[in-house]
Amino acid sequence: MAAPQNQPVLRFAVQRLLGAIPTLLVLIALAFFLIRLAPGGPFDSEKQLPPEIETKLRAAYNLDDPLPMQLGRYLLNIAQGDFGPSFQYRDFTVSELIATGFPVSLRLGSLAMAIALLLGITAGTLAALRQNRPADYTIMGAAMTGISIPNFVLAPLLVLVFAVWLGWLPAGGLGDGSLRYLVLPVIALALPQVAYIARLTRGSMIEVLRSPFIRTARAQGLATHTIILRHALKPALLPVVSYLGPALAAIITGSVVVEQIFGVPGLGRFFVQGALNRDYTLVMGVVVFYGSLIIALNFIVDLVYGWLDPRLRQV
Amino acid sequence: MNRPAEIVAPPGRSLWSDAWRVLRRNRAAMTALLLLATMTLLVIVGPWLSAFSFDATDWDRISEPPSLASGHWFGTDALGRDLFVRTLYGGRISLLVGAVATAVSLLIGISYGAIAGYVGGRVDQVMMRIVDILYALPFMFLVILLMVLFGRNIVLIFFAIGAINWLDMARIVRGQAMSLRSKEYVEAARAGGVRTGRIIFRHIVPNLLGVVIVYATLTVPQVILVESFLSFLGLGVQEPMTSWGALVNEGAQELENAPWMLLFPATWLALTLFCFNFVGDGLRDALDPRDRQG
Amino acid sequence: MSESLLEVTGLGVRFGTPDGEVSAVQDLNFEVSAGECLGIVGESGSGKSQSVLSLLGLLADNGRASGCAHFGGRDLLALSAAELAAVRGAQIAMVFQDPMTALNPYLSIGSQMSLVLRRHEQLSPRAARDRCTEMLTSVNISDAANRLDSFPHELSGGQRQRVMIAAALLCRPRLLIADEPTTALDVTVQAQILALISQLREQFDTAVLLITHDLGVVAGHCDRVLVMEQGQRRDYGGVKEIFTTPAHDYTRRLLAAVPRIDAPGRQALPDTVDELLAVQDLSVSFRLPPLRWPGRARELRAVDDISFALAAGETLGVVGESGCGKSTLARAVLRLVPPGAGRVSLLGRELLPLQGESLRAARRDLQVVFQDPLASLDPRMTVRDIVAEPLESFQPELDRDSVTARVAELLGRVGLEAAHLNRYPHEFSGGQSQRIGIARALICAPKLVICDEAVSALDVSVQAQIIDLLLDLQQELGLALIFIAHDLAVVRQISHRVLVMYLGRAVELAAANELYERPRHPYTRALLQAVPIPDPDLERGRERQLLSGDVPSPLQPPSGCAFRTRCSFADARCAAERPVLHELHGGLVACHRAEEI
Ligand code: SF4
Repeated sequence: MAAPQNQPVLRFAVQRLLGAIPTLLVLIALAFFLIRLAPGGPFDSEKQLPPEIETKLRAAYNLDDPLPMQLGRYLLNIAQGDFGPSFQYRDFTVSELIATGFPVSLRLGSLAMAIALLLGITAGTLAALRQNRPADYTIMGAAMTGISIPNFVLAPLLVLVFAVWLGWLPAGGLGDGSLRYLVLPVIALALPQVAYIARLTRGSMIEVLRSPFIRTARAQGLATHTIILRHALKPALLPVVSYLGPALAAIITGSVVVEQIFGVPGLGRFFVQGALNRDYTLVMGVVVFYGSLIIALNFIVDLVYGWLDPRLRQV
Repeated sequence: MNRPAEIVAPPGRSLWSDAWRVLRRNRAAMTALLLLATMTLLVIVGPWLSAFSFDATDWDRISEPPSLASGHWFGTDALGRDLFVRTLYGGRISLLVGAVATAVSLLIGISYGAIAGYVGGRVDQVMMRIVDILYALPFMFLVILLMVLFGRNIVLIFFAIGAINWLDMARIVRGQAMSLRSKEYVEAARAGGVRTGRIIFRHIVPNLLGVVIVYATLTVPQVILVESFLSFLGLGVQEPMTSWGALVNEGAQELENAPWMLLFPATWLALTLFCFNFVGDGLRDALDPRDRQG
Repeated sequence: MSESLLEVTGLGVRFGTPDGEVSAVQDLNFEVSAGECLGIVGESGSGKSQSVLSLLGLLADNGRASGCAHFGGRDLLALSAAELAAVRGAQIAMVFQDPMTALNPYLSIGSQMSLVLRRHEQLSPRAARDRCTEMLTSVNISDAANRLDSFPHELSGGQRQRVMIAAALLCRPRLLIADEPTTALDVTVQAQILALISQLREQFDTAVLLITHDLGVVAGHCDRVLVMEQGQRRDYGGVKEIFTTPAHDYTRRLLAAVPRIDAPGRQALPDTVDELLAVQDLSVSFRLPPLRWPGRARELRAVDDISFALAAGETLGVVGESGCGKSTLARAVLRLVPPGAGRVSLLGRELLPLQGESLRAARRDLQVVFQDPLASLDPRMTVRDIVAEPLESFQPELDRDSVTARVAELLGRVGLEAAHLNRYPHEFSGGQSQRIGIARALICAPKLVICDEAVSALDVSVQAQIIDLLLDLQQELGLALIFIAHDLAVVRQISHRVLVMYLGRAVELAAANELYERPRHPYTRALLQAVPIPDPDLERGRERQLLSGDVPSPLQPPSGCAFRTRCSFADARCAAERPVLHELHGGLVACHRAEEI
């Protein structure tokens, strides 16, 4: 490909993009063949389907074409944002359901991600600076507890304490859409990630602070905050940056149960309902949609990584 | 000259015995280890010691709070089943999944990583590209898809979970194998005419073992987590069999009138994960050669 | 003597460890006058670095310093952390050993340097940038203004150390502390950096505290010297005095142990000519993966057309700077890397075509001792198992007890005890570990042992013992040695003949004393001139022509003569035509103009 030679950044981006595309294709093909070939699946010819669904399905999937062509058409449809009709919610297409549910999940997820990063990085850095002192032990003890309590345990516990026993916050739903209703779901979603990111940051910060170039900075008489912010933070955050992809995946996964528990009408809830009711097109649509989201984020993370680490930009 | 019998050579301190000393001094890890052992033992023998069976319903004792007098130490659930026994049974499933799925992921991960790392070159490049691609897939969703398509099946859960967790292990083992391969003591062994099989057996494997043990310990809680997650959603083990995830789910639904149904299984699950993480951390400190320098 | 700048009295450094307190430095006294250069010499563990780090409050967290250190009317050790930070970088600056790790790889050079100025002189970003440009120019970095935007990995090793020095001098400190500033560099680059430090010392009127293990460096650049051992001062005085009339026994031993490049070698050419090993036109290339996927693979010619022969009982020294391919040459002969073109025959048997079992059998006559004594011993095996391994693989029929007996006997021969049999490598010092490595190499009674930087990681006194041991064993067993090292003085001591390599090619091959006294190739000359001699009078009186620049990347060697980019004799022919190794006055040299020079 004719990427301009004199623009290493663009070249880098193009190369990373070339890496992301096959992943996306593998994901879609995998989902497609799983659902297409599963015994007892929606395309099992033994199955009796209501006629209107049958027609829609045939139209959407061109069941009479050979498999590769079906896959090709499916890809084409996805590219246009068309995931076909839903089995369960008969009047809606999957795309419409995603369009309804995703904004809610997005609000929840991005709040949780923001909190996880902010709190996790701060707590991790503090612990690293106070290594092996009470503050460190406290933060790390809390973090260890945090990563050991999964969201689906944390969420009902939060409801029990703050809604049932103390009655401070609503137990579920979105109510009038005010922030009060989001507090518990966001905490349940964010806390395990806060804990994980705090541990990650502490570990890498300690390692960076031990490196010779920090000693050089100290020998230059730089103030502690200059050393931390200008010299140490960037390398210490690299592992956190590469964790962003998995973090997003974890938050999306978590949102599935958290939405379920709090009765939040987000995409995760549709997904669980779809999974329990064997709404194949919906499940597959969500898998492909979220999968693409994660892959897209990973691509962005790659770019950020290249921006943070000058050695990777080298041509 | 010395005859063999006269050679008196006191034993040295091996890295394993060093690591064991470090681990033993780590009070948190040792406590966690002890706790884990106790819980495992309870989970295995506990149900036989109890007067109740895990699936016997008792309509006179629905949602009874925990009490020593009635013998229902953890109370009963909405069907009047004894929660203590059910928690232990759930533990059997969770720990079993933890062990089996970890073993599956170890098997795949180690062989894949070791081959890529030891063979190197183009084979390695291709193999690692595949891992990269798989790494970016939203696995939890694929597993759910699998469950939806193929029905809820415990054996499938074992393999599905094991099959998604091998990626980390493969990467770690591959990195280690690569660096070990170029270690000077391996070169010295090759120059000393030692056969490849023996090099792998005597030099590569023992030096790989530490890392593998650490990551295996850290894989177990991850696997337990995935299984409980699926069970929580109702996609895992089926009634009347149960697992901690399923119990937490039932508890969450009876939150207001029977909080013990949530608290007991949730505590056991969290405690188990907590202990595994602590033991894993402790092992990492003890076995990680980087800290040995200091 | 001019005014005293730094006066250290009763300095002690202790470290708290889980097994109790360890004392690293005891009751150390010294002073540095304005503008002078004081050298602190010592072997590893002598406390030379710790004592200086303690002055600046840079000890590890578990370290504590006691005593007094007067600098500019204040006691450094009594200052608060903030007060001390204001002194660091402004009045006392430091340069560290490895410029690759001592510079922040994630920040451009300009930002790293500017931070210092903005901290101590509150300069505006613009003014700071101008000062940095100026300073980079004074350390001879060309195109300084643009270089500020470079990252450390884009510079060569020598350039990085120049940047470190520039950053240290930004605020015109009165004292510059250089902790082993050239140890990580090649000898020709070392000479450049040391010359630069001396020049800047006068230009900026800065005193220099030079910490080093290398007595040659001290002889050439220091006014006064402090010798340390085990945390204590052993000798202290003017440089001539220390070298000619050392007061302390330790200094005398140290001076005696240092290999000197001007001392004739210990080996006379043997008259036997039984050819043991013949290497002909050996080349080794590596395919490096592309820098980024997808991309084109790159080819690295690590060894390029090397030929030499070796007689039984003879030692061939192989020298060259890092990246010259000397270690790859060793690994190719040992068949540890895939061979490229050429022939290697041992006792008339071709090694390169061998595969599998026949290759394994041939390895019996050919053994190796590596550089890093610890890395070359499997940490999870006992000494007995490590040393026995080759024997067990070549003579599986031996029973366990007789193997153990052989191992015990050999351990005794290399200066260890049978009581060490069941110990593990991490329980030994570097010198002892290297003895274990030698025992392993010798257990099958090989004909040829290749020593790849086998003494480079060791302190001088230990180095001397290991060399003695190797020479003894060679005498006794009639071993042939290939002795690979970057330290030219050591190679002269031990070798009968010496091969000089540059970018994978042989540039000169001659009898050791002949080569060191009458080098024919311009590179050999420059290399020899760059090696410091531990004798102040000789060292300061030497005429030197410093090589400019660094070794080019072996990925893109220059056309024609690989050395032409740094050779002062280069002409048009050198760029066009590759010189071949030809005979000249009994030696072999690869230079078009060797005859005229
Ligand atoms: S051939 Fe030319 S460039 Fe090479 S060493 Fe001789 S004179 Fe210098």
